[in-house]
Amino acid sequence: MLEIDIARKSYPDRGGQPHLALEALRMRVRPGEFACVVGPSGCGKSTLLNLVGGLDADFQGRIALDGQPPAGGVGFMFQEPRLMPWLTVLDNVRLVLGDDPGGPERARQLLAAMELGDVLDAFPGRLSGGMQRRVALARAFVIEPRLLLMDEPFVSLDAPTADRLRTMLVEIWRERQTTVLFVTHDLREALALGDRVFFLSGAPARVVLELPVRLDRPRSPANPAVQALQQAVLERHPELLAGLANAADDAIEETELEQP
Amino acid sequence: MTVKAQYEPRMSAQPHQRASTQAPASESPPARRDALTRFASLLVFVLVWHVAALAVESSTLPPPLTVFERIVAETVSLALPEHLATTLSRVVISFGAAMLIGTAIGIAMGHWRRLDLFLDGWLVLGLNIPALVTIILCYVWFGLNDAAAIIAVAINKIPTVVVTVREGARAIDPRLMQVASAYRLSRWRTFTRVYLPQLQPYLMAAARSGLSLIWKIVLVVELLGRSNGIGFQLNVFFQFFDITGILAYTLVFAAIVLLVEALVLRPLERRVTRWRG
Repeated sequence: MLEIDIARKSYPDRGGQPHLALEALRMRVRPGEFACVVGPSGCGKSTLLNLVGGLDADFQGRIALDGQPPAGGVGFMFQEPRLMPWLTVLDNVRLVLGDDPGGPERARQLLAAMELGDVLDAFPGRLSGGMQRRVALARAFVIEPRLLLMDEPFVSLDAPTADRLRTMLVEIWRERQTTVLFVTHDLREALALGDRVFFLSGAPARVVLELPVRLDRPRSPANPAVQALQQAVLERHPELLAGLANAADDAIEETELEQP
Repeated sequence: MTVKAQYEPRMSAQPHQRASTQAPASESPPARRDALTRFASLLVFVLVWHVAALAVESSTLPPPLTVFERIVAETVSLALPEHLATTLSRVVISFGAAMLIGTAIGIAMGHWRRLDLFLDGWLVLGLNIPALVTIILCYVWFGLNDAAAIIAVAINKIPTVVVTVREGARAIDPRLMQVASAYRLSRWRTFTRVYLPQLQPYLMAAARSGLSLIWKIVLVVELLGRSNGIGFQLNVFFQFFDITGILAYTLVFAAIVLLVEALVLRPLERRVTRWRG
């Protein structure tokens, strides 16, 4: 169980004034669950992931994975692939491995499963954006993470490439039952991927709506059921995606929409 | 006549084309041609020297052959190898010390603004103080010994290493460092696999410019306060007006510099920049 209770998180903005990014944000993600977080841009989604991933420890509140602060065993996929350009594909994946004796073999298998078996010794600069993201995905899974954090990892890809990567992600995730926290500003992507979608308000961000998604998998963003669900959500909460949701409303709503 | 003139270029163009189409078949023609160019440049240098020496006909400009004979004689008597070894060991030690200390300070200054502000004035002083002053002061304060000589050389070099490495430390990509901390890489692994590779071009530049500076300063240090090494020997030759000796030692020294460049620095650079392909 991933428990996130953030009382306050602020950071100095460009002018040096404190900017309140997150306030009274509470989330519960069950083990093995694929949770998506959507919210207007600039609402603090990336800040939230950085806190959960331990990249930023300066906040008031508590984040626990199975009752303890998440230390190790957390995979992280950023908006950009962020591979080390001086390491080969294989070495990039092996970089994050500890002394685990099975690691190197797992790295090869994962890369092969992602159809990167032919470019193990290539440098990332030679690869397309989609391939680089597949390497980043392999890097995230090679440590067999208990928790996988993803920060809009498929943004700026063309639609077919993004679709293919989503399919790969869901396949590996189902095999390994990793808990995933996936941040996106694209509601359809969230509905296509998630078991549960958290809607954040504009800054200071908090959860304004929690929506379980029970559609059958696999589902792509172009899937009619996904599109219908998106329509239903938008009709019922038209203000949500505009980031105008009322942050003063104390009760977090759990929506149950009719789902096929 | 005009017809013939028009014909000629075409005639000469044909063998040219054939040569260029043949080129890919041989092993690695561009590399081979490059080596040939380098060799030709060396040859022209020696030739010009030879002609000039014949024209001047003075003991102040001995011809190349005389100098080569002197190199052989000095090598056989073991005088040259001994002095050369002494100088090289001073170069290696002071170079290593300057790179290590300069890199550490440069990284620190690149990361902590307060320290950067504090040390910046010292750095400007260090960059601008004449080498001769630090050499004299080191000999006066630490005595006429090898330690003083090496300290003097290192002090001359450290500021330029600091400036270059500081630039590199400022250019470190925080996004890649985040990857290292997100995956909880150990400090050592983060430093060697994520941090240093980003610093590498700056380290390489510092090493290059550092080596060329140190070669020169070491000789001055030896001339002023040591009783062995190439610098000392050059001074002896100068007192006897032995230009052949001076040129013989200079040539060997220059050859060593070229060898280090060709056998150590360039292959090293090629290896570490392989990924830029």
